[in-house]
Amino acid sequence: MRIASNHDLETVEMRKAFVETLIQEGNKNSRIVTVNSDLCSSMGITDFVKIFPDRSFNVGIQESNGVGVSAGLSAAGMIPFFHTFAVFASRRVFDQAFVSCAYAGLNVKIVGGDPGVTATTNGGTHMSFEDIALMRAIPTARVIEFSDTTMVRKVVPQVVEHYGVDYMRLMRKCLHRIYDESSEIIVGKANVLREGTDVTIIACGLEVYEALTAAQQLEEEGISARVVDMFTIKPLDNECVIESAKKTGAIVTAENHNIINGLGSAVAEVLVENIPVPMERVGAQDEFGEVGPQNYLMERFNLTSKTIYEKAKRVISRK
Amino acid sequence: MQNPNFEYMRRLSADIRVETVKAISKAGAGHIGGAVSIADVLAVLYGGAMNIRPSDPDWEHRDWLVLSKGHAGPGLYAALALTGYFPMDWLDTVNKPGTRLPSHCDMKRTPGIDMTTGSLGQGLSAAVGIALGNRINGIESYVYCIVGDGEINEGQIWEAAQTASHNKIDNLILFVDWNKKQLDGKLEDVNDPIDIAGKFEAFGFEAQTVKGYDVEEIYSAIERAKKVKGKPSVIVLDTLKGLGICFAENAVTCHFMAVDEKMEKEAIDVIEKRYEQGAYPGGESRK
Ligand SMILES: Cc1ncc(C[n+]2csc(CCOP(=O)(O)OP(=O)(O)O)c2C)c(N)n1
Ligand SMILES: [Mg+2]
Repeated sequence: MRIASNHDLETVEMRKAFVETLIQEGNKNSRIVTVNSDLCSSMGITDFVKIFPDRSFNVGIQESNGVGVSAGLSAAGMIPFFHTFAVFASRRVFDQAFVSCAYAGLNVKIVGGDPGVTATTNGGTHMSFEDIALMRAIPTARVIEFSDTTMVRKVVPQVVEHYGVDYMRLMRKCLHRIYDESSEIIVGKANVLREGTDVTIIACGLEVYEALTAAQQLEEEGISARVVDMFTIKPLDNECVIESAKKTGAIVTAENHNIINGLGSAVAEVLVENIPVPMERVGAQDEFGEVGPQNYLMERFNLTSKTIYEKAKRVISRK
Repeated sequence: MQNPNFEYMRRLSADIRVETVKAISKAGAGHIGGAVSIADVLAVLYGGAMNIRPSDPDWEHRDWLVLSKGHAGPGLYAALALTGYFPMDWLDTVNKPGTRLPSHCDMKRTPGIDMTTGSLGQGLSAAVGIALGNRINGIESYVYCIVGDGEINEGQIWEAAQTASHNKIDNLILFVDWNKKQLDGKLEDVNDPIDIAGKFEAFGFEAQTVKGYDVEEIYSAIERAKKVKGKPSVIVLDTLKGLGICFAENAVTCHFMAVDEKMEKEAIDVIEKRYEQGAYPGGESRK
């Protein structure tokens, strides 16, 4: 893994990187199919549909049906990728994802777009602060949140290779660049982006950039922060969590999600069972989403680097 | 209502279109296509057909409206503001931080919104529940519900339809905004609903299809629906997505569009011109 030389906002949208990778994989593997639910254009999958019209199905506004159809496609040997917004890709299809896909032992890839505050003006009904919690509770399911386009390009082929239910959280628009294009990124293995000794910030998705920014600020005050991109929320890289606790003795988690049953909970479970150290969680505090531009919502739900910085100082004081 | 004032309703529908495009332009972008295709039915409902008290939005004997296609919120907000539910200047706040008018209908935030929606397919079930509850309470009012023609893809709509007819709720009047398009394109290119009215008939509804932009036809259909006893009614509104907003009518896809002041002004000019020429809402070719 190699970190990018700068963390500018990328110029390629996440959905663009996603569909390009899916097309590349689709060219190699004719079993890859897409199932869409009237958000084909929004999710950026149209390019795949144009190239592989016979391997694409738009079920309309029928998310549960779409996941059920995906399960059937998998039973018939296909590798279906189902796309919709994160709220519908988790809440709306939960029983189908559980029973028809995971419990049945099938191979279905579910992509949830615009997680958390990235749903912006679509507001509370569309703001998924619970999708990680739900999908993580499905036995065998893996949960991944992409943090930049390089990660998308490295991880999607591994998702194709893996047999089982994978849930991917995909911000549709541009994120800050985190990785150098030559990076190797392995599903299930956390990426240590920065070494440190006083505190570890474990983040995922758009919080990774906020974590790096907070670490920079802390450094200016002589506080050394380790930063970990825990992009695989399940299975969690327990070893990395334990190592971080050993090295720094304090942990802050940061996620664009409810602090209940998301990344913070997953990390806390590992800590209390192995090496209890002080910990703080950055994330939505058991609240519903609302409308607004992303920068407003980042402040509103205390997801900015400022909160991470404050919680880092607090957790250090609790050592 | 004794004497429907069709001219008032027609003007109200024009004002709803004007205020909707203004609000979406202030917000910068929004679900323009589906918000304006229901302007005419909203004008009929809030312009006379519904028994309501804008100063007392929760009046227990009122008629209710569940806008199941909740993304059309701005259209309904325009209707509510124009009929006195809240001040007109609230419309300038659509989707702004802390607003009481979010893109999708939210009963906890907005006076006059009877049900929270935004996850498509859920509103009709709630409307059925409201109709059943009012019947238990002996309240003689009507529950109206508007669903999108794409929204009726959702299986829950048909579960609700079955519950409605099984329970013989004749205090429920459903509208389908048959504007021919959903998000990814034309209905028949996504997942063709085939015969909408016929399907509801098969589910035990009394079905009518009317010009969805003609206030007189919509009003008469409601009057006929009210006479139907022992089963729910559906009125399929034959219309076009984006109808009445020039830039939306002409766009390949008008589901969600960025709207600036120039587009806003042009759209309002066209509305007023068509209105004067008797060609409202759709211009000669569409009437
Ligand atoms: C359950 C659910 N799935 C997907 C969406 C995203 N979405 C919002 S509007 C829309 C298309 C709606 O089409 P239609 O019902 O025809 O509405 P209209 O044409 O009136 O805008 C979609 C897919 C949603 N809001 N809810
Ligand atoms: Mg439609």
